Amino acid sequence: MKKTTVAYYPGCSAVGTSVEYEKSTRAVCDALGIQLEEIQDWSCCGSSPAHTVNHILSAALSGRNLALAGSMGHDTVATPCPSCLINLRTSARKIEDPKLCHKVNALLEDPCENPVEPKSVLQVIVEDYGVDEVARLIRKPLNGLKVVCYYGCIMTRPPELMRFDDPENPMAMDDLMEAAGAEVLPFPLKVECCGASSGIPRKDIVMRLSGKLLHAAEECGADAIVSACPLCQMNLDLRQSQIRKEGYISKPIPVFYFTQLLGTALGVDKRSLRFDKLVVSPKRCLEKISG
Amino acid sequence: MDFVREVEERSGQKVARCYQCGNCTAGCPYNFAYDIPVNKLMRYIQSGKRDKALESKAVWLCGSCQSCTTRCPNNIDVCRVMDVLRHMARESGKKSERKVRLFADTFLESVEKHGRVYEAGMMAKFAAQSGNVLGDLDLAPMVLAKHKLKFRPHPIRKRKAVEDIFKRFRENGHK
Repeated sequence: MKKTTVAYYPGCSAVGTSVEYEKSTRAVCDALGIQLEEIQDWSCCGSSPAHTVNHILSAALSGRNLALAGSMGHDTVATPCPSCLINLRTSARKIEDPKLCHKVNALLEDPCENPVEPKSVLQVIVEDYGVDEVARLIRKPLNGLKVVCYYGCIMTRPPELMRFDDPENPMAMDDLMEAAGAEVLPFPLKVECCGASSGIPRKDIVMRLSGKLLHAAEECGADAIVSACPLCQMNLDLRQSQIRKEGYISKPIPVFYFTQLLGTALGVDKRSLRFDKLVVSPKRCLEKISG
Repeated sequence: MDFVREVEERSGQKVARCYQCGNCTAGCPYNFAYDIPVNKLMRYIQSGKRDKALESKAVWLCGSCQSCTTRCPNNIDVCRVMDVLRHMARESGKKSERKVRLFADTFLESVEKHGRVYEAGMMAKFAAQSGNVLGDLDLAPMVLAKHKLKFRPHPIRKRKAVEDIFKRFRENGHK
């Protein structure tokens, strides 16, 4: 087993609406031997609202966390959340820019000099750890569960900033799920936006965009959708009953975090994967997996 | 300063390079909800139509999904340009999508206060201020049954460090 340690930034949803992502991420990393060392007293990255107000403010909110991570002595800070990831990466590039660095640091109590490299937990598992290595540790294959992998719009885009996988047709989760014994179906809307945080101020937008995604997954014949983003998962899972009422899909389709299914295949204790938190019942899928 | 120069300086993008291929609009998932398509906004910037651009609903509805930025053949970071238009719309007191702006403000107030966003508190405040109380009431039973929301903030230890980021930002009069 490969041992590696990274600084860890959970993000606000980890202590709120996406507890199951947080718990299953930790359980999977534990099973793989990836040590997640949580940043002490981390704060919000600013999420989307901050960059819509001001880019330096946004960079500083993320920069505080990069400065804290920098003092831990690791070369990578990993986060499960793509929204946190894009903010942390944007901030790191600004701090590396001599023209902008002082503007960001002027807002911080403790300046950030050399930001550590932010990566998604998905990227750490697939690139630094390796899919082949993961495949060797599979104990309970997913028994041909038919899944589509949905990456969300910013896990890989824009490519110059995110530097991970193919920007329009990413394969990282597909490869992991295949290694875990799922049947991965081609999914044309892998990086199409779910409507993000419009759900609260403009629900109609999320109904349509997430509706399109659920509809496509159903048309593909998927038993389940696999996601890697707290906001995407919430739009597709929690709002699925609203979307069904609008006629986009005919029957419920469970929406897992990739870490929940990977954890299952790695033989992790089910209780730490928190399937009980999913709104659309995963029961039929879990029965299919256990045969 | 004329509009195109201001947007170019603040975004670091050469908006003048846009030759109206329409790739941004073709891939924009939000286009159905826009009053002005994103390629037309780029044209408005080039031709100096400040008010038309800043008063659009589109600048508030953009979800920063990066499709346009990824697909622009002239390497214009279109998302960044949309962000800058939103910054300028804010500065000139425009709010053609009042609820979108209110959501961002409520979110950041929560971060300023607790160091992390307190989801339940933010949502209650947004509902009260927007009058949008019934919008997602049908989700409440599921949210409660699954304990999706924590009904207590989880502030960080050094709340002041985050509060001070906002304070310095306001004092510096950042643009």
